[in-house]
Amino acid sequence: MTNSEFSSSSSSPSDRRIGALLRHLTAATNSDNLSSVYASPTSGVSGGSVFAHLVQAPEDPILGVTVAYNKDPSPVKLNLGVGAYRTEEGKPLVLNVVRKAEQQLINDRTRIKEYLPIVGLVEFNKLSAKLILGADSPAIRENRVSTVECLSGTGSLRVGGEFLAKHYHQKTIYITQPTWGNHPKIFTLAGLTVKTYRYYDPSTRGLNFQGLMEDLGAATPGSIVLLHACAHNPTGVDPTIQQWEQIRQLMRSKGLMPFFDSAYQGFASGSLDTDAKPIRMFVADGGECLVAQSYAKNMGLYGERVGALSIVCKSSDVAGKVESQLKLVIRPMYSSPPIHGASIVAVILRDRNLFNEWTLELKAMADRIISMRKQLFEALRARGTPGDWSHIIKQIGMFTFTGLNPAQVSYMTKEYHIYMTSDGRISMAGLSSKTVPHLADAIHAVATKAV
Amino acid sequence: MAMAMMIRNAAASRRAMTPISGDFGGGLRSMSSWWKSVEPAPKDPILGVTEAFLADPSPDKVNVGVGAYRDDNGKPVVLDCVREAERRLAGSTFMEYLPMGGSAKMVDLTLKLAYGDDSEFIKDKRIAAIQTLSGTGACRLFADFQKRFCPGSQIYIPVPTWSNHHNIWRDAEVPQKTYHYYHPETKGLDFSALMDDVKNAPDGSFFLLHACAHNPTGVDPTEEQWREISQLFKAKGHFAFFDMAYQGFASGDPARDAKSIRIFLEDGHHIGISQSYAKNMGLYGQRVGCLSVLCEDAKQAVSVKSQLQQLARPMYSNPPLHGAQLVSTILEDPELKSLWLKEVKVMADRIIGMRTTLRESLEKLGSPLSWEHVTKQIGMFCYSGLTPEQVDRLTSEYHIYMTRNGRISMAGVTTGNVGYLANAIHEVTKSS
Repeated sequence: MTNSEFSSSSSSPSDRRIGALLRHLTAATNSDNLSSVYASPTSGVSGGSVFAHLVQAPEDPILGVTVAYNKDPSPVKLNLGVGAYRTEEGKPLVLNVVRKAEQQLINDRTRIKEYLPIVGLVEFNKLSAKLILGADSPAIRENRVSTVECLSGTGSLRVGGEFLAKHYHQKTIYITQPTWGNHPKIFTLAGLTVKTYRYYDPSTRGLNFQGLMEDLGAATPGSIVLLHACAHNPTGVDPTIQQWEQIRQLMRSKGLMPFFDSAYQGFASGSLDTDAKPIRMFVADGGECLVAQSYAKNMGLYGERVGALSIVCKSSDVAGKVESQLKLVIRPMYSSPPIHGASIVAVILRDRNLFNEWTLELKAMADRIISMRKQLFEALRARGTPGDWSHIIKQIGMFTFTGLNPAQVSYMTKEYHIYMTSDGRISMAGLSSKTVPHLADAIHAVATKAV
Repeated sequence: MAMAMMIRNAAASRRAMTPISGDFGGGLRSMSSWWKSVEPAPKDPILGVTEAFLADPSPDKVNVGVGAYRDDNGKPVVLDCVREAERRLAGSTFMEYLPMGGSAKMVDLTLKLAYGDDSEFIKDKRIAAIQTLSGTGACRLFADFQKRFCPGSQIYIPVPTWSNHHNIWRDAEVPQKTYHYYHPETKGLDFSALMDDVKNAPDGSFFLLHACAHNPTGVDPTEEQWREISQLFKAKGHFAFFDMAYQGFASGDPARDAKSIRIFLEDGHHIGISQSYAKNMGLYGQRVGCLSVLCEDAKQAVSVKSQLQQLARPMYSNPPLHGAQLVSTILEDPELKSLWLKEVKVMADRIIGMRTTLRESLEKLGSPLSWEHVTKQIGMFCYSGLTPEQVDRLTSEYHIYMTRNGRISMAGVTTGNVGYLANAIHEVTKSS
C-alpha cells in the first residue's frame, strides 16, 4: 500500500479514513515504512474481550436465597432468608407514616429534586443524630457530631470504613464471629484488615462473654471494633446492659475505637431508646465512636437506601474537619446521596404526630416478631421436638440462629420448601401464625432424623 | 516504702494501659481526639462555587457554576413527565430491596437508549449491565472492576475533564495518564495531538471518552473524527469507556448524541458505558444511572454482571428504588416517553439559543476577541477561555459565579441575565 492510493481526490470515505490512520501511525517523513504498515484488527475487536478471563461470581449467600425461593413453584414455600419484615398475611409492609410522608412530599409542588449536598439532606442528618444519640445528648449540644447521609447501613459502614482506612492510625477492625456476611467484604474493600472476636457460643446458643472479653483484651490497642448496637445479626444474641458496661470499660482502657452498626433501632425491643442504650453509654463517657444507622427495617424503607453515618468527636473543631474529609470519600463514590428516602424520614422525624405514630407502628412490628418467637417455641414444645429451643425466645430482633447445620438446612429446603441461609439463620419476620406449624414440622423432622 | 511501691505500681499500670501512640484515645474527657491530625479537606472545586453563590447577598448575582439546568427564569425544573410519573407511583406498596444489579426493567430501557432500540447486542444478551448511583457510581464501579480484573492497567483521561473523574480512578487505585484534548488556541479539539497520544499509548490501554457534550469544554469530535479515533483504537486494541452524562441534552436528539458510541459498536469494539439521568431527566438528586460492558457472548455477560454486583454489594448492597421507578414509568409508556423527548429538546434548544445570544451580545459590545467557540461548543458548558484572574474579577466585581477554569454553565444563562453576563465578560476581557 502506498500513500498515493489513498489520496483524497479519488478515494471513498473509508479510504480517506485509512489514509488518515496511516498518516497517524507512521512518521510523516519516512515513506519507506509505509509498505509494512497496515491497520490490523487486534484482539480488542476481532473477538477477544479484555475481560474474557472472568469467572462467574457465586450468588450472594443472603440475597441468593430469595433468588432460589422465587424459582420454587411449591405452594407451601416459605422465605425465611432475607431480613425484610412481613405482615401476618405474609405481605411486605409500607408503614402508614411513610405513605403520609410521601403524600406530603408529592403535594409540595415547590419541592425541587436537585443534587443534595455531598453530606446529604442536612435536616435528615441532624434528626438522625438525635434519634440515635438522644435529643439531650451532650455530644450534639456541643456540636461534636459529624453526620452524613449514606446509602442505608451498608453505605454508612463503607464510608466509615474508608474514612478509617485513610485517617485512623490502626487499620485493623474486629468483627463478631459470626456476623452479617457482608461485613468482612465491606471493610476489606474499604482498605481495612479484618479480624474476628468470639461472640456466639453454640453450646448455649447465647453470648460467649468470656471469649469476647479475652479477644478484645488481646487486641492491638487502638484497633477498631465493630459492635452490633442491638438485635445481633445473625444470632439475635445481645449482651446485657451490665455486660455492655464491662465491654465499654475494657474498650476505653485499650483505646479501642467503637464502630456501632445500628440496623434495628426500635425493632428489637420495640423501644427506640432501649435499643440505643449501648451506644449512648459509650457516648456518655465523653469518648469518640462511629455509628452506622439504617432505616431499612425500622421504617420499612429498604429499597430507598436510607441511612446515616455519625462520627462522635472530641470537639466541634475536629467534627468540622472530619466532615470535610468524609466528603472526599463520598464524592468519588457516588457524588451525593439519593434524596427520596431521606426526605421521607425527615418529614416523619420532624413532625411530633408522625413520629409518635411511627413509634406505634414500630412497636407493632416488634411485638408481632416476639409473638412469632413464642408461637414457634410452643409449637416445638407441643411436638416434643428434642433439644433445647429456648434460645428462640431468648434471642432478639428479626433473626433466630436456630443452630441447624447446613445439611439440615438443605433438607428443609428440599423437603419442606423452606428457605433460609445455610448458617441456620431464620428471619422471624417471614413467619405468620399460619406458617409456624409448617416450620415447626420441618425443624422437628431434622431434629429427629439423622440428617 | 509500701506507699511508694503502690504509687510506682499505679504509675506502671497506667503506662501499661496507654496505647502505643501515647494517646489515651476516647476514654475520658481530658484525653485528646484520635482525629486531631485530620486536615480540613479542600472544598470541591465545582460544588464549592454554589456554596459561595448562596452566601452572596448581592441582588445581581448570577450562578453559572454547577451544571444543573435552569429555565429562562433561572429556576430549577422538574419535568412534566417526571411529575406525572411521581403521581402514578404515589401510594406504591413496593419498597423492598431491588436486586444488587438494580431494576432490570430500568436497565433494559436504558440500554436501548445507548445501544439502540433494535440493538443486536441487547437481543443476544451480550451486555453486562447494572443500575448505578448516577454517572459517578457507574464510573466508580467500572474503575473498581478495572482494578480487580485488569490490575496492571491504567486509565487515560482527557485534558481537561470533569474533576471528579480523577478522584474516582484514584480512589479505585487505578493509575492515571492523560491525553491531549482541548486546544486553548482554537478553543476546539486538538485532534492531531489526541491521535498521537492514542497511538503512543501501549496497545490495549483503557481510555475514558466523553460520548457527547464534553465536560467542561463543550468540545466534541466531529463524526468523521470519531470514525478515525475508532479506527486507531482498533489498530491499537484499546478499550473505550464512554461517559455519557448528557444524552439528548447536547443536540436535543438522543440518537444523534449517541453517535460516537454507535460508531464504536459498528466497528466491533467491546466498550463500556456510564449513563446518567441526572440532567436529561432532571433526576439529579435521585442518583439514577447505569453501567454497561459489552461482552463477547451471553455467558461472559452473565459472568461480568455477577462480578459487577460483587463490587456493588460491599458499597451499598443494592441501588435506590425511587429514581429507577421514575425512569421505568416514563420510558415504558409511549406517551410519557414522547413527552420526555419533547422536554429534553426544549432544554437543549434553550441552551443553544443562549449560546447564540451570548455570542452576539459580546460581538455587539465590540469585543476584540473571537467568541465563535461559544456557539461551536455543545452541551451544558462553555469553556470561555477566561483566565482564573478574570474569573475572580467576575466574581468579586460582578457577583458572577463559575469555576476558575472559565467553565460557564450555559444552563444558568437566561434572557434576563445574558446582557449582564456579556457586559461583565467584555469588561474583564476588553483589554486582552
